[in-house]
Amino acid sequence: MKARLLMAALAAVLIALPWMAGNYVLSVATLALYFAFTGQAWNVMMGFAGQLSLGHSLYVGLGAYAAAALFTKFGIGPWAGIWLAMALCVAAGAAIGLLAFRFGISGVYFALLTIAFAEFTRIGFDHIGWLGGPGGLFLKVEQRTSIDLADLRGTPAMFYYVMLAFTAGAFALCAWLLRSRAGYYWQAIREDEDAARALGINTFRWKLLAVAISAAMTSFAGVFFAFYYNNLFPEQIFHISQSIEIILGPIVGGVGSLFGPILGAALLTALADSLNNMVSAMGWDIPGVKQVFYGVILLLVVMFLPNGIWPPLAKRLGLERKA
Amino acid sequence: MSATLVANVVISGLLTGLVYGLMALGLSVIFGVVRVVNFAHGEMMTVAMYAAVLLFGAFRLDPILAALPVAVLFFAVGYALQAGLINPFITRPEHSQFILLVAVATILSNVTLMAFGPDAHSVQTDYQLDSWALGQIIVDKARVFAALSALATTAGLFAFFRFSRIGTAIRACADNHLGARIVGLNVKHLYALTFGLGAACVAVAGCMMTLLVEVSPSLGPSYTLLGFVIVIVGGLGSMPGALLGGVLIGVSEALAGLFIDPSAKSMISFALLIVVLLFRPQGLLGSRT
Repeated sequence: MKARLLMAALAAVLIALPWMAGNYVLSVATLALYFAFTGQAWNVMMGFAGQLSLGHSLYVGLGAYAAAALFTKFGIGPWAGIWLAMALCVAAGAAIGLLAFRFGISGVYFALLTIAFAEFTRIGFDHIGWLGGPGGLFLKVEQRTSIDLADLRGTPAMFYYVMLAFTAGAFALCAWLLRSRAGYYWQAIREDEDAARALGINTFRWKLLAVAISAAMTSFAGVFFAFYYNNLFPEQIFHISQSIEIILGPIVGGVGSLFGPILGAALLTALADSLNNMVSAMGWDIPGVKQVFYGVILLLVVMFLPNGIWPPLAKRLGLERKA
Repeated sequence: MSATLVANVVISGLLTGLVYGLMALGLSVIFGVVRVVNFAHGEMMTVAMYAAVLLFGAFRLDPILAALPVAVLFFAVGYALQAGLINPFITRPEHSQFILLVAVATILSNVTLMAFGPDAHSVQTDYQLDSWALGQIIVDKARVFAALSALATTAGLFAFFRFSRIGTAIRACADNHLGARIVGLNVKHLYALTFGLGAACVAVAGCMMTLLVEVSPSLGPSYTLLGFVIVIVGGLGSMPGALLGGVLIGVSEALAGLFIDPSAKSMISFALLIVVLLFRPQGLLGSRT
């Protein structure tokens, strides 16, 4: 009951935000939602099924480039492009999963394999001249006074609502997945894969499904990225720092929980933003200062809150779900 | 394209590869014993390179000589890092360790950015432009010195692990953690020593690298990735594997730069990594645990 009330209050605040806040706050909130969404997608693989991916930038990049290429080269809108984006990401994720799980690669090795695929693709896109190569792919920037939802061109508030809808959808999907047959199989695999296999679970198939779902969800974030920022560079979108940013939210918030990724993304985005303001207010405009503070805070969080912020907070608020 | 040119490129790649190998050796030793992947490895390498540049700027100290004090300093810092920060994380899940070291990497790379700015720095020794000509093959002096120093350090480390009491004890920890504790070894202390040794390897490799390339803060992540590629190709945890991987990657990068395109060279490395991971996940010289 208490949880329902809190969720309703949170939803009301999120929906009303564009009327209360200016464009600046809205852009920060959109960014927080973006990381909440991608964190939720990553959490399906790591938090639910226990497969550590450090290469989620691959799916963001593939999704973004697929939709942006269709739009700029053939005039096909993002809602059609999202299908190609999703198909490509599922194919890439399935290929990685198929190869890795077939050959029994797990743990650190699997994580490094995901990095390798993302890096390989990053350098590959640098050499695709048709998509701009290292010079980048640009979408035409139009004035943002009218809203054209079909082409995903519009005001900051529109982008905010689109991302809010994505995040809400991802939350609902994950909540359902956790209670589905797949969710229980995944958690069994996460806790003890050999035991799960001994119980007759086809771990290969269910792990593959987790990668495919996670990749498909992340492709939405890629499409959003392309149309929100209007420019794509392989160096940026496929870079390992993009993957790291995606996974910081859920780890800081709490891996495997539904609220962890959202809480973590919100806190980290707010932290990065306030560090920005603080650093310029203090006149410490040396490049790197902000990141050093960020690193120190990250260090303290992982040291003192090993399970993330959400589990102890949920306990404090009395929202703990029966295990 | 003449055979001489190819031979020249292969030799230069091989010499650079030995320095890569020493860097990767640090990563491999740490993983082999402590079972933690050092995601801050490339950033540590960059810091060592800056230390060499700084010592050269202040005292005109040759990077080959600077390697000694920098290695001692890195050993101490590495020991402290493992004892203070990483030891409590050994039993934590991999993603937790990953974030810890990413945080360390972020701090290191941005502190160097604050201290030295984004521009590239380098050392200018008087032999850096010299070379030896062996028939038609031309070898840079600096590259030979760097490779020999890397090789000497590697040999020293091999001897330490093979013949010294502490080295044997560290290998015992790697083989059987519980057994090592039962016979009364102070595992935490040995882990910290191992991390210190790994850091000292990076320190020497970093000092040597300043003879070959300019240093800028953005190099860190690419060295981290390079280190991963090398140790996985060679075998994560295998010491000769790291050296072999370093030479393989050094040569293949050099050849890719010659035959395809300099910007495609790391793509070849990652392709090699993917192939090795799929068909021999334990690496060329690694053994499966």
